[in-house]
Amino acid sequence: MSSTNHTVVVTGIGATTPLGGDSATTWEGLLAGRSGVKPLEGERFAELPVQIAAFAAVDPGEVLPRPLARKLDRSAQFALIAAREAWADAGFTAPAGEDAAIAPERLGSVIASGIGGVTTLLDQYDVLKEKGVRRVSPHTVPMLMPNGPSANVGLEVNARAGVHTPVSACASGAEAIGYAIEMIRSGRADVVVAGGTEAAIHPLPIAAFANMMAMSKNNDEPTKASRPYDTGRDGFVLGEGAGVVILESEAHAKARGAKIYCEAIGQGLSADSHHIAQPEPTGRGIASALQHLLDTTDLKPAEVVHLNAHATSTPQGDVAEIKALRKVLGDDLDHVAVSATKSMTGHLLGGAGGIETVATVLALHHRVAPPTINVGELDPEVDADIVRDEPRPLPEGTIAAVNNSFGFGGHNVVLAFRTV
Amino acid sequence: MAHTQEDIVEGLAEIVNEIAGIPVEDVQLDKSFTDDLDVDSLSMVEVVVAAEERFDVKIPDEDVKELKTVGDAVSYILKHQA
Repeated sequence: MSSTNHTVVVTGIGATTPLGGDSATTWEGLLAGRSGVKPLEGERFAELPVQIAAFAAVDPGEVLPRPLARKLDRSAQFALIAAREAWADAGFTAPAGEDAAIAPERLGSVIASGIGGVTTLLDQYDVLKEKGVRRVSPHTVPMLMPNGPSANVGLEVNARAGVHTPVSACASGAEAIGYAIEMIRSGRADVVVAGGTEAAIHPLPIAAFANMMAMSKNNDEPTKASRPYDTGRDGFVLGEGAGVVILESEAHAKARGAKIYCEAIGQGLSADSHHIAQPEPTGRGIASALQHLLDTTDLKPAEVVHLNAHATSTPQGDVAEIKALRKVLGDDLDHVAVSATKSMTGHLLGGAGGIETVATVLALHHRVAPPTINVGELDPEVDADIVRDEPRPLPEGTIAAVNNSFGFGGHNVVLAFRTV
Repeated sequence: MAHTQEDIVEGLAEIVNEIAGIPVEDVQLDKSFTDDLDVDSLSMVEVVVAAEERFDVKIPDEDVKELKTVGDAVSYILKHQA
């Protein structure tokens, strides 16, 4: 059944994050203003200038059976755990086809990460050097390929409409969700499992990001290191985990009597064409993405009451984003409650768009914006209403929220959601 | 010291349990790796490498495809062990 109603809705959510092993625990952690950042332990991290990271609260090895886990990169393990939660939350009881509510040919999977199976690649290189060719795992390629998480989730739910993996560094998860919305809009699928995942807490990525001077070195105060909008912010804290949503055509969701969290209005996209890694300081590209969203959907600035900002806690990026919002929304930014949840979860790179979409959907669903923690002294250049320290209720009536994700390479993705 | 057939079945059962999660008691001579023991072609390579180390035997890639059942593997190892 291909629907003619092209409205897309969210019918399921799932997450495994530094704050909890599922979306409910993660949400509790966000509302409580809890930091998931911890010291790095172990000899292999000893020489690094950065000594902190936000590990997943529940190790995937505790959740998945060992024979399955050993064939999956950690990023795919997170994705599978989050996808299973979202699939069940959407009311599906078996893979497509077995569950007659969705045909395999009408189901897609779009899950992305920023850097793929990087720990598998590096660990297997260690095996090659230390133990020789014969000991390199035959599962290495399916584990390290960036499309592995999407493909494994697709296998799990029997998705045959398409399995995709857009890659755009830290915008990857959001781009995946945008791609999924378009799959449904264009009639290719009725249901798409979509999100982002990342598992890159390994000495090499940390050394590399640290050498770019992108990471916080506030090693003495791990829980205070991720501090978007604070004058003392000095870079992001690496996190790991996954966030997944079930996107569905409204017609299909209503026909099967599914619970609907909210509408997924659409996406705005742009590219900076400025620098391979540095944010464009005026927010030109971000403004362009948001304008694209407003121009191509029926989202009205007056409806927007909440933003889950990209805000990674870097000196330039946090300010550029706010400048862009002010430029496009003008006075309408004054009624937007801005939350930087990376202050608690750290930065999940390609997983960020996934878990922050889950947070945005829950913010609309519960009508409450999670806090931004660690804003001791607000940067005077941040001309926006930042939700600080305590959660804040959102208004009644029809309300919308925006989730921003930007990535190295100059990728800008703006997603919008609205209550139904 | 050469391994006995019993040793080899027991060892393979532990390897298959580790890799595919199949209970050791289900790993019997007549069982097919692919059809009965959830060992696909990639996992079979892992089984072979683990068996090579455990039983001090070389199993070239071209011989692996002949090892369809646990019994095939046991016979191969008995014949080729150092």
